[in-house]
Amino acid sequence: MNTLNSYRLRLSEKMSDLTILSPDTRFKGLLWAAALVVPLICVAMLLSLISDSALAFDEFGFFRFVFSSQWSYSQGNENYGALPFIMGTLESTFLALAFCIPFSLTVALFVGEYYSGRKIATLFGTITDLLAGIPSIIYGLWGFYVLRPIVVALGLSDQGSCILTASLVLAVMIVPYAASLSAEFIKMVPAELKEAAYAMGATRAEVMRTVVFPAAGSGIFSAFILAIGRALGETMTVTMLIGNTNQLPTSLFSTGNTMASIIANQFGEADGLKLSSLFAIALILFAIKALINLIGKILIHRAQR
Amino acid sequence: MKNNHTNYWLVNSYTSNKNDSNMMKHLKMKLSVVAVSAVMAMGCNNNQNTANVSCSLSGAGATFPEPFYSMAFDNYAHKSGNTVNYGGIGSGGGVRNLKDEIVDFAGSDAYLSDEEMAEMEPVVHVPTCMGAVVLGINLPEVETVRLSGEVVADIFAGNIKQWNDVRICALNPLAKLPNKAIVPVFRSDGSGTTFVFTHYLSQVSESWSSTYGAAKSVDFPVGQAAKGNPGVASVVSQTPYSIGYIGSEYAFAQQLPMAVMQNSNGEFVSPTVESISAAAKGDLPSDTRTMVTNSDAKGAYPISCFTWLIVYQEQHYGDRTIDQARATVDLLKYMLSDANQQSAHLVGYAPLPKSMVKTSLESIKKITYDGVGIF
Repeated sequence: MNTLNSYRLRLSEKMSDLTILSPDTRFKGLLWAAALVVPLICVAMLLSLISDSALAFDEFGFFRFVFSSQWSYSQGNENYGALPFIMGTLESTFLALAFCIPFSLTVALFVGEYYSGRKIATLFGTITDLLAGIPSIIYGLWGFYVLRPIVVALGLSDQGSCILTASLVLAVMIVPYAASLSAEFIKMVPAELKEAAYAMGATRAEVMRTVVFPAAGSGIFSAFILAIGRALGETMTVTMLIGNTNQLPTSLFSTGNTMASIIANQFGEADGLKLSSLFAIALILFAIKALINLIGKILIHRAQR
Repeated sequence: MKNNHTNYWLVNSYTSNKNDSNMMKHLKMKLSVVAVSAVMAMGCNNNQNTANVSCSLSGAGATFPEPFYSMAFDNYAHKSGNTVNYGGIGSGGGVRNLKDEIVDFAGSDAYLSDEEMAEMEPVVHVPTCMGAVVLGINLPEVETVRLSGEVVADIFAGNIKQWNDVRICALNPLAKLPNKAIVPVFRSDGSGTTFVFTHYLSQVSESWSSTYGAAKSVDFPVGQAAKGNPGVASVVSQTPYSIGYIGSEYAFAQQLPMAVMQNSNGEFVSPTVESISAAAKGDLPSDTRTMVTNSDAKGAYPISCFTWLIVYQEQHYGDRTIDQARATVDLLKYMLSDANQQSAHLVGYAPLPKSMVKTSLESIKKITYDGVGIF
């Protein structure tokens, strides 16, 4: 027993010789390394987007590229502008947001306030969350085979593929993001505040309007920012439903294209100036998304003060 | 005693660490074995037992002939022992890979232009089969529709907007065409199919040629776009009163309703394997770089095309061995062989006419390794 113990002791001494740095220092180093990887990847991505899009910006100039609505690839007369795709992206995203607000707010109130804690709320909440987990290609299929013929039958558009169709499906896709986060923020409103309002004789609707929404407002807003983020970059579903035409959309019922879907559609055969133009569109999409996130953060920060 | 207890755990974790590192070593060894064998599989293997040289060739490019190639390469592997990997990444990507010298051959639906040829070492074009672009239509009330090139050009240019337009009615005196808006459907991605289609339209319509021209992607003014042949085909089949251009191999496999086209002799021709092959009968240049759209041959379907394999004339580039070069030539000869050509129709492609096979074999003879012919 004694010899065995001394052997163990010797071994453990050897092992501590092996470890020059203390476990704490090593763990800290690991944390640093792991935490640095993510921003580094982000910066590297941004740098490659910038360098690969340089050709297009040099050729057309930044403002001409952003505000030109030409996308023509006839040989010897290549002319690329991002405006149709920027407009297509913004139109489909904000239209989807408009469709999504009434549904996600009511679901959030239902789950987070009116029936909070009851079985029916858990059921509805779970089903809403389930929508978030459905792969986007399934939304695309549903939109293509079910919603599109309905749009044709209603006579809204000859081919059924249009900004409206894409936005409707996008709205369904982003409801769970907006709804379940909003519900969480609504649940977090302190009960004392609500009880004080009830004690003063406020009706339930008045409590919602004057207590719950102001208290949870910044949180609900951040939920919608997240939803916008999802809609901005959505590619597959939109490609299947928007019609993929490279002209400026003239109405909600006209076909269009988004920044994400033009890249997905055309990167395969693109090279030279066209490939660089696609990179430029990617850079602009990156910037728009960063800008919207930034605006969201600033507004949330202001609301919290 | 308490101290001992801690020590015990320390030792235990130490030994298990040691086990771990041993396991890692094993794993690393296994991984390196896998990596080495993978590298060996890339090139040629001199198998000493059989004295046979088996090669692994790789190519990339056009997606249009992919079903034909996967069948042909499979048969070829059985016959010769050489395996062939083909990546359907698009004609442009395939040519780029050949320029970067990372493939043995490129597949392309368009022959290289003189400018493209000038940028590269000399290449040889070998046609492998023929296909066509068909017009898929969705007209619930009408069985078949006859169309002419000019009419198709005006439909896709947005000049003919209704199915009962006088010019369509003139071609179909017996059919009762509906008073409905035409929905043209085109490709949203760049594609050889679009090139062949617009090349045809440019030949038959002066105004198409000057306004839109022929290219892998064209600025179509009306209608809607979808990605790939499957995308266009499903939009057409799901949208009443639509018309879309689709690769024949896909349309044949899906048995879509197709328009009958008027060729330059005035004949009305349905797209079939025979009428597509017929388009390549006649005088063609010896380097096979030619388009057979709007062919004046008898019974020819007017929107027919070749697809090519493109290889370097001098096969000693990069770290390629003479075995690899020989295998490449052998593969090209197999693609032109009777057995392979006769099987093309099984997957919806048309065989090359005999005269074309003969011309192509002549161009394969030009391929060299270190300047020496290896036919």
